[in-house]
Amino acid sequence: MSQTFNQQLKKYYSFYTLGFVSFVVILGIAEQMGMPRLYIGYAFLAATILLYASIGVMSRTLDVAEYYVAGRKVPALFNGMATGADWMSAASFIGMAGGLYLQGFDGLAFIMGWTGGYCLVALFLAPYLRKFGQFTIPDFLGARYGGNFVRSIGVFAAILVSFVYVVAQIYGVGLITSRFTGLAFEIGVFVGLLGILVCSFLGGMKAVTWTQVAQYIILIVAYMIPVVWLSVKETGIPIPQLVYGSVLEKVTALEKKLTVDPKELEVRKIFADRAKAAGEKMKAGVEPSYNADRAALVAKVDELKAAPTPDGAAIQAAEKAVDSFPKDGKAYEAQLKGQQGQAGRAAAPLPHGTPFVGVGKTDEEKKKSSDNKRNNFLALVFSLMVGTAALPHILMRYYTTPSVHEARVSVFWSLFFIFLLYFTAPALAVLVKYDIYTNIVGLPFADLPQWVNSWQAVDRALLSIVDINRDGIVQLAEIAIGQDIIVLVTPEIAGLPYVISGLVAAGGLAAALSTADGLLLTIANALSHDVYYKMVNPDATTARRITISKVLLLVVAGSAAWVTSYKPGDILFLVGAAFSLAAAAFFPALVLGIFWKRANKIAAVFGMLAGLGTVIYYMLRTYPFFTNMGVPKMDLWFAIAPIGSGVFGVTVGMTVMIVVSLLTKAPDQATQDLIEHVRYPSIKGDTLNTAGT
Amino acid sequence: MELTEAHRDYWRKNLRMTALLLTIWFVVTFVMAFYARELATINFFGWPLSFYMAAQGSLIIYVLIIGFYAMYMRKLDIEHGVAEGEEQ
Repeated sequence: MSQTFNQQLKKYYSFYTLGFVSFVVILGIAEQMGMPRLYIGYAFLAATILLYASIGVMSRTLDVAEYYVAGRKVPALFNGMATGADWMSAASFIGMAGGLYLQGFDGLAFIMGWTGGYCLVALFLAPYLRKFGQFTIPDFLGARYGGNFVRSIGVFAAILVSFVYVVAQIYGVGLITSRFTGLAFEIGVFVGLLGILVCSFLGGMKAVTWTQVAQYIILIVAYMIPVVWLSVKETGIPIPQLVYGSVLEKVTALEKKLTVDPKELEVRKIFADRAKAAGEKMKAGVEPSYNADRAALVAKVDELKAAPTPDGAAIQAAEKAVDSFPKDGKAYEAQLKGQQGQAGRAAAPLPHGTPFVGVGKTDEEKKKSSDNKRNNFLALVFSLMVGTAALPHILMRYYTTPSVHEARVSVFWSLFFIFLLYFTAPALAVLVKYDIYTNIVGLPFADLPQWVNSWQAVDRALLSIVDINRDGIVQLAEIAIGQDIIVLVTPEIAGLPYVISGLVAAGGLAAALSTADGLLLTIANALSHDVYYKMVNPDATTARRITISKVLLLVVAGSAAWVTSYKPGDILFLVGAAFSLAAAAFFPALVLGIFWKRANKIAAVFGMLAGLGTVIYYMLRTYPFFTNMGVPKMDLWFAIAPIGSGVFGVTVGMTVMIVVSLLTKAPDQATQDLIEHVRYPSIKGDTLNTAGT
Repeated sequence: MELTEAHRDYWRKNLRMTALLLTIWFVVTFVMAFYARELATINFFGWPLSFYMAAQGSLIIYVLIIGFYAMYMRKLDIEHGVAEGEEQ
């Protein structure tokens, strides 16, 4: 029976993929015939959201097991795709290649960290959680350690982690919708939210799973097409992942040339001088500097006018300088700060392929800064990996396979499908860099391609190319490029029609929506299943449980959108924080719970609280967002940035759990039996049945 | 529930394999990254070796680790009589 189901699914999704490709082709033809760009954006938005909605409607259910774990019928391959979509968020799709473009080798911490964690999922968690077979991660903690207290800590941590993460996703949804349809950011958030709710509301996990499979197909196709095309353009070979090594060599050679190029040095010196001058003016006081600068400009105009033969053009230019001078001290201060902030642009281009580039005046300083970067790289990789193996919305997916064996295989497919995108991102970054170094740098400003102007018009923070040394030629140091633009701009760099840009936006939207779906469901389920059903009203009927879950889904989605509309800053930090929090809260308790019979309830309570507490404390005391709000600042521990704080949280949590377990008494026989039960896929004579109903 | 010798043997073998694969994972991830600066001088088809490993090589090894573990455990399940039936 499961075989035919699997066959059917393959057939449906093949048809679906063909249908989607035809849709893109038809839009492409329409574009050639003169369909305006804005309509292409609308067509993609409407078609994909309609598609997700219809899958949602078709998968509507009132069955508890279907609502919470898709009826445990999802074959390994499809669960892998769904996990891939669940996993890859707006940050992976839009931001990662850009991060690699800007940070070179050091950015690869995200590539390794966001894949290697699946080894931990496969070896430590997925098969055992599947055998346990209930609905949520707090379910397992509650059963293994006994009592509602451990469960409550689990619920609190699951909600905290998922909420922080979902805010970052909804932010991404708003950004993409508003950019490609021209809607306002807040309306974009609302439209995106509808897209999320149409599928999860009616069918819970069942609908989310089948939608995520569809979303995975869109996002991987959208990611691959521009990169393959760009690879053909630069190397003549359509497999970018195999050949970008040679492109990286060329980039490295160009970097060396650009580092010593006299024109580049000239531009970099201008930035350094400006930053230094701005620093001195700040020191002298904003108000006096403002008055002095303004007076100097006005004097210049007078002087020109008083000259024996007044030069009209020069006078006009000088008057314009007075007009464009900041209107008050506040604007002037902002300008000075901006110039100081550009001090970084005085630096030579970062060698893309070199790990941990040290900066400093002496060799000793360089060595120290390089070691420091290496330690932060290791800490970040650790936090992201352990966090992967602790995120409730990912672990929950392994409850949905038909068997323990399928759960193991499904981790393989999950990582395989994630790998397809992740091993492409570094290639994309190198190819785009090469294109910019060769086709943009050295170009006269008058000849800049169309996409440069159109993106500069969207947002100067994403792309700005200004002739700093006024020689009419673009220098590398004159280009400021934002992280989020790289993926979005690739189709245009590769010379593809606008329909592919629309496809990329649809891919980014699919990535953000699918992740947001999984997260919202996790939060709503923790509240409805763990809090309401398990703690408040264990006699509730199934109909009531599902109704409560749906109401909570709406409430949670609404509040997440409300928080997002305040635009709470740095997406990357939000995501990083979620990983460190999850790692510290869940990983020790889950893994020791399966592999160490001695681990007991009191140890789990102390371990989880200590781990979580450590991470929260560290972030509050070191992350600028909090310290600027008045939290007393402290020095970093071992110079590790707050995004890698999971390394402290996990160490503390693990140690506390082990020590407290050894100091208190071992768990009872029932718990020991439960552990044996989850360790074996099937044992004759095992009467224990933990499967949730 | 009574555990037989076959069961204990199954769990021991599982732990041994888990430890082995985890060691590979650790070396590929943390030891390689720790020595990234030293490995960067080796050229690997155009990439500096450490860049290739962090961007692609380690990922391939992760996929293989998980695939191998699933196959190995399937065999172990059947050999030790703890495999699941067709319908669980």
